This record gives sequence, C-alpha cells and structure tokens, in this order.
Amino acid sequence: MQQYLLSVHFVEGAPDPSDEEMEIVFRETGRINDEMQAAGAWVFGGGLRSPDSATVVRIENGATTMSDGPFAETKEHIAGFWVIRCADLDEALAWAEKCAAACGPVEVRPFDDLSQA
Amino acid sequence: MDLASIYRAEYGRCVATLARLLGDINLAEEAVQDAFTTALQKWQTPPPNPGAWIVTTARNRAVDRLRRESTREARHAQALLLHQQDEPQEVGPVKDDQLRLIFTCCHPALAPDARTALTLRLLGGLDVPEIARAYLIQEATVAQRIVRAKKKIRDAAIPYRVPAEHELPDRLPPVLTVLYLMFNEGYATTAGPLIRTDLCAEAIRLARELAALMPDEPEVLGLLALLLLTEARRPARLDANGDLVPLADQDRSLWNRTLIAEGHDLVRRCLRRDRPGPYQIQAAINAVHTDGAATDWRQVLALYDQLVALAPTPVVALNRAVAVAEVYGPAVALAALEGVDLPGYHRLPATRAVLLARLGRDTEARAAYDQAIALAGNETERVFLLARRTDLTRTRESS
Repeated sequence: MQQYLLSVHFVEGAPDPSDEEMEIVFRETGRINDEMQAAGAWVFGGGLRSPDSATVVRIENGATTMSDGPFAETKEHIAGFWVIRCADLDEALAWAEKCAAACGPVEVRPFDDLSQA
Repeated sequence: MDLASIYRAEYGRCVATLARLLGDINLAEEAVQDAFTTALQKWQTPPPNPGAWIVTTARNRAVDRLRRESTREARHAQALLLHQQDEPQEVGPVKDDQLRLIFTCCHPALAPDARTALTLRLLGGLDVPEIARAYLIQEATVAQRIVRAKKKIRDAAIPYRVPAEHELPDRLPPVLTVLYLMFNEGYATTAGPLIRTDLCAEAIRLARELAALMPDEPEVLGLLALLLLTEARRPARLDANGDLVPLADQDRSLWNRTLIAEGHDLVRRCLRRDRPGPYQIQAAINAVHTDGAATDWRQVLALYDQLVALAPTPVVALNRAVAVAEVYGPAVALAALEGVDLPGYHRLPATRAVLLARLGRDTEARAAYDQAIALAGNETERVFLLARRTDLTRTRESS
C-alpha cells in the first residue's frame, strides 16, 4: 500500500466563492470523506485557515526566530488536503478526480516509502 | 536470424515479462541486457525460441544478483520472485505483459515527451543515442526524460496493468497518440532528413502488436490501418533526386500493394463495427486515396466533414480545405481557411500559396511561399517549396 497527499490549492486574489457555492463544497467534501472511510482509503484530511494565519519557525545561528505569514511568497497556498492509502497511482487518481470535482484542481503526491513504515 | 534482429524483436517483450516478475523496470532492463550479453558469448546458433531463452536466463541471472544484493528494491523483487515459485522454470515472454508495459509507459501522469522516449526505450529496445538521433535532441535530454519517468513510475506507484474496460476511454488515446507521433516523426521529421524509416517501422510493429492484443478496439485497428496506408505510399513519395512528389503526381505503381490490401481490409473491419473514431476516419480517407487510379475527392471531403465533427482541430480544418479545393475550387477552399490558426506550422501558408497561385494572385502566393519556406524545418520540404515558388514566377513569365 502507498500513501498519497491530495492537496487543494487556493489562489490569492481569486474571487471568493458565494455562500451557496461553499455549502456545495462542504457537502461534497463530507460525502467524499465518508466514501474514503468506507473504502478504507482515508488516513487524514482537513481544510486550513487562510495563509495569513500561518507562522514560520526557523532556527538561525542557534537562535529561534518566528515570522508572521506563510512559508513562501507565492500566490498559491494549500487550502486543504487529504492523506489517503491505496494500492497504486490509478486508485489515488480516481479519488483525486472526485476531490477535484468538489474543490478544484488537486495535486497528487506520493509519500516517501521510508515515512510509511 | 542474427542477434541484432533478435534483440530488436525480443527486447521489449522480455523487458515487459521481467518487469512483472521483478516488479521493477530498472531491474528488468538490467537482467535482459545481462541475458543478451550471455547470449552473445554462448550462442553458436540461436535457440529455436530465443525469447524464452532470454527470459529464463534473465530471470535466473536476476535471482543470482538479488541474492548478492540487499537493497530495498532487491528485497522487494526477491519477495515477488519467491511468491511466484510455483511458476514453471522455463518461462517465455507473455503477450499481456507488453500491453501492461505500453500502458505504463504511456500513463497520462507522465510528461508527453517522456511517454514516447520511454516507449521507444523499453518496448522498442532503442538506446538513448538512437532516440536522440531520431528526434534530433541532446542525448542528455533523452536520458534525463527516461530517468525521471522511471523514477516517477516507481515513486508514485504507477501500476503495471492493463486498464479495465471502463478506464480505456481515458487510457487508450495516449497510447495511440504515442504510436501516431512516433510514426509521424519518422515520416516527416521536424528537422533534418525527411524520412526516418526505423521510427516508422517501430511504430508499425508496436501498432501491430497492439492490434493483435486488442482486436476489439476499432480505434486500434484504425490507427494500424492509417499507418499501413501511409507507409504503403512511401516508395513514391520522393523522386530519384530525393525531392518530394505530391500525391497527384506520384507513380502509383510504386505503392506497396500488400500493405494497401492489409490496410483496406482493416478499414472494412472497422466499418463493420460501426464505432467511428478519428483514427478510423483518417484511415478511411487514406483508403480512398489508395483505391483505384485516382482519388475520389467527394468521398474524401465527406469523410473530412465527419472528422471535423469528431475532432475539430485546426490541422483537420487545413486538410479538409485541400479536399474542398478539389471539389469546389480554390476560392471556396481559401474562404474555408479563414480563421484557421496554426502558428509555426509551414503547411498552412504552403496550402494558401497553392490556392492563391491557382487563383492567379501571384504576389500573395509568393508571400505565402516565403512564409512557408521560413517555417519549414526539414530540408526536403524547404527545397520543394522553393521550387514551387520559382515555378510560379516562371509560369507567369512564359504565359
């Protein structure tokens, strides 16, 4: 079995979805979560608060510094993700297709073997 | 058969079977190469079934090698081999394995450039310098594409299996595209000499195998028919000086009758199935071109209308315009080309030049030829266009 990260991206400056649209996203996401759990593919998943709520912690010259805001100065941020367990990439892609239909483009990325021992 | 032709015929089949037995493409390639090296030393004459000999030898060599190594891949492969202990010792290439491998190589999660390179490497047995020469790109680029693709297959666990029936609509087109592009690159290279017969031959060989493995997929048969009917006309495509001969001027007695008969037979099989697709329609168009003493352009145009409905691409619109010119004349065809946009493709201005010349609009025709000549990547096509442009001047001066 392999583990995959399915991440959903949020583009800064894109128009905010309407309440109605958000309701559909939540409903569809809930349905996918149930389906993943029933299939035994679910490991973990969730939505994240906006990137301006992030804090980056660094160790520089032995001293810990903290900075407000996300890690990278980019226009795209992870808005939410799933970690799933399945046999191969085709299964992961089939889940990603369902997720993309609910939440927009999804990046599928395999976990390193060593971290899944 | 000499070792080189056995290698060409058996390499892909053996790698495909070993990839299943070992669960790893790199290990499979190494094992098959080891076995061919052993064959070179041991064979006085090739055994009656060289593929089975190579697979058995490769498998035994892989087992020996894996016992000495203790990497993660080695342990995994060993486990797979132990798992299959009940298999008979003498194993030959399994046809389905090739199908598995081609679907892995052409997986939509791989970059399109990498799919072709990987297919040529693993199924065609072409080495990196050969692939680089065929596409006129750096060897390092080819090598990097192949390494990256193989790494992704392993890291992302791209499966090694034939897709299920319901997955085929997504998964078959990239396989057909790879074979089509492979043939096309061989038939009209983007740069350098016009024809690379080795790429054409390899594309046809793989398309034949695919058709034998999936005889119920009409688009697979359609692609094979299209390649065969195009290949059949190759002997007439260049004259004694190596210059391009347009279809209408080709010496039809030079066409390969055997390939034409096979292509026509495939097109008829497709028609009986009545599940038309873009490759089948293109094959039917080529069947019309190769039927009788001259092309029936009305039938060709009707097929292009059908193709436009299924695949409304600018290239199809361009090809359709050529048929329109034959049926309704150059003015209607020129109007049909309005709004067709194919940046960087020399055939669009070249076609416009021919139509403008037929309408006597020489200045515009000349300008269109100049555009086409500037865009044509391979020398043979450039020479052809330059000659056409010169003819244009000469005809007007003499009349």
